[in-house]
Amino acid sequence: MATVSKNTAKRPRSILPGFGLSLGFTVTYLGLVVLIPLTMVFVKTSGLGFAGIWKAVSTDRVLAAFRLTFGLSALAGAINCVCGFLVAWVLVRYRFPGRRFLDAVVDLPFAMPTAVAGIALTALYAPNGWFGQYLTPLGIKVAFAPLGILLALTFIGLPFVVRTIQPVLEDLEPAQEEAAASLGATRGQTFWRVVFPPLIPALITGSTLSFARAIGEYGSVVFIAGNMPGKTEIVPLLIITKLEQYDFAGATALAALMLVISFLLLLITNSLQRWSSRRHSK
Amino acid sequence: MKTPSRSVQDPLWAQTLLIGAAVSFLGLFLLVPLASIFVEAFRKGIAVYFSALTEDNARAAIVLTLTVAAIAVPFNALFGVAASWAIAKFQFKGKSLLLALIDLPFAVSPVVSGLVYVLLFGAKGVFGPWLKAHDIHIIFAVPGMVLATIFVTFPFVARELIPLMQAQGSDEEYAALSLGASGWQTFRRVTLPNIKWALFYGIILCNARAMGEFGAVSVVSGHIRGETNTLPLHVEVLYNEYNFAAAFACASMLSLLGLLTLCLKTLIEWRAGLRRHNH
Repeated sequence: MATVSKNTAKRPRSILPGFGLSLGFTVTYLGLVVLIPLTMVFVKTSGLGFAGIWKAVSTDRVLAAFRLTFGLSALAGAINCVCGFLVAWVLVRYRFPGRRFLDAVVDLPFAMPTAVAGIALTALYAPNGWFGQYLTPLGIKVAFAPLGILLALTFIGLPFVVRTIQPVLEDLEPAQEEAAASLGATRGQTFWRVVFPPLIPALITGSTLSFARAIGEYGSVVFIAGNMPGKTEIVPLLIITKLEQYDFAGATALAALMLVISFLLLLITNSLQRWSSRRHSK
Repeated sequence: MKTPSRSVQDPLWAQTLLIGAAVSFLGLFLLVPLASIFVEAFRKGIAVYFSALTEDNARAAIVLTLTVAAIAVPFNALFGVAASWAIAKFQFKGKSLLLALIDLPFAVSPVVSGLVYVLLFGAKGVFGPWLKAHDIHIIFAVPGMVLATIFVTFPFVARELIPLMQAQGSDEEYAALSLGASGWQTFRRVTLPNIKWALFYGIILCNARAMGEFGAVSVVSGHIRGETNTLPLHVEVLYNEYNFAAAFACASMLSLLGLLTLCLKTLIEWRAGLRRHNH
């Protein structure tokens, strides 16, 4: 470490031009478009005072929305952890016709506009839809129920898990597995004791990314959710509802809370990714 | 991946089972919804499909979507190039903070991204009274939608360029400068050819999100038909009016855009060997 920092200190200043211009433009643009607008949320919220914030977020309707959003997002993250692992494993480990096509298909939830995904899922799972018509007689209500929200949140989060696990799985050394097998481990033992442990950081990172995306998701959820206050109303929708009812204080307080949570999740995923790449490079 | 020896290969029955499970999961979960959009769009025939896309409000929505993207994407591309030049070619204090701040918009809910501009420029916002006095419309008008779109697509280009330019280093630029090229010539003839694929990759991802954005734009749009509805918002209006064939017809246009983006992205990944990112 010591030699590295000495080298950086000794290195002459860059002779490349354009430092002032590029950094100046970067910081100004970032400030005007992102930082100042985001700060507004906190400025407006602090104007409410503690009592005002508490009043805005402690209603039954808000609490129900938070429970629903965070509960279902966590569940979607967990489902994606399992399904995303399966998909990544199959794509990396096995060779079969159509593998590259399937690999590209994983990115569909990133590529499709959220509103389009929302109406497609709703049409499929509505009581008279392609899947809904078979599920409704069984007493399973997907669209316009919490299950539908879970479905949409799982849909948009899947690529995060697959794309986080894939590179780690690709870099695993087959030599370790061969050693375990030659020392008499069964395939199951090899998997759980040799293959799986190095993947844990990537699995947690991917699921957290999926969770973080899910709590803020709006477009793919509003169509399928049914949007019943207290039952199938998610936090982002509640923010819009409050805004449309000119309850700016309520909307801003909720937005500030969501922002704080998003920033914390960003910090967590960043350190998880560092942990993951450290484990990975060992 | 290195090919594993026979001793660590899963038995054929396990491979078949797992491949079958993954294929049916992806098929039912991702491909069927995609297919359903096109089936629903053509359910009432080709004539209804094309009239849904050519009626006045749909045409206005398409034009607005293209306009918003045509303003937002170049701005963010320019920002991406400037930010990656500053970050990859120079050492300065606070660089890691700057990197983290550039990623910030991806962490923010689209709804909140729209809300921040309402707080600034809305009727009750900070600049609201001033804007009203000067008869300038930002919220419930095109400028607000452009701003919200810029916000949600902010990091796309920068995120592709920064790691690539950091990995490439500055040796080629030093060589060009020492041979007498000007700064601008160096950028245009040396740096730009080196980053062109990553730049293109960032721009198509940025563009896809810009044209497909729903939540943020919905907050600032005001939903005035034929005036402030982009194509995704137009889809919502049609869907809520139970005009399903038309809603899915417009949705199919957006799906085609998504598919085109996916194809280009996959092509570039194969061609340039770019690594994948999450966003």
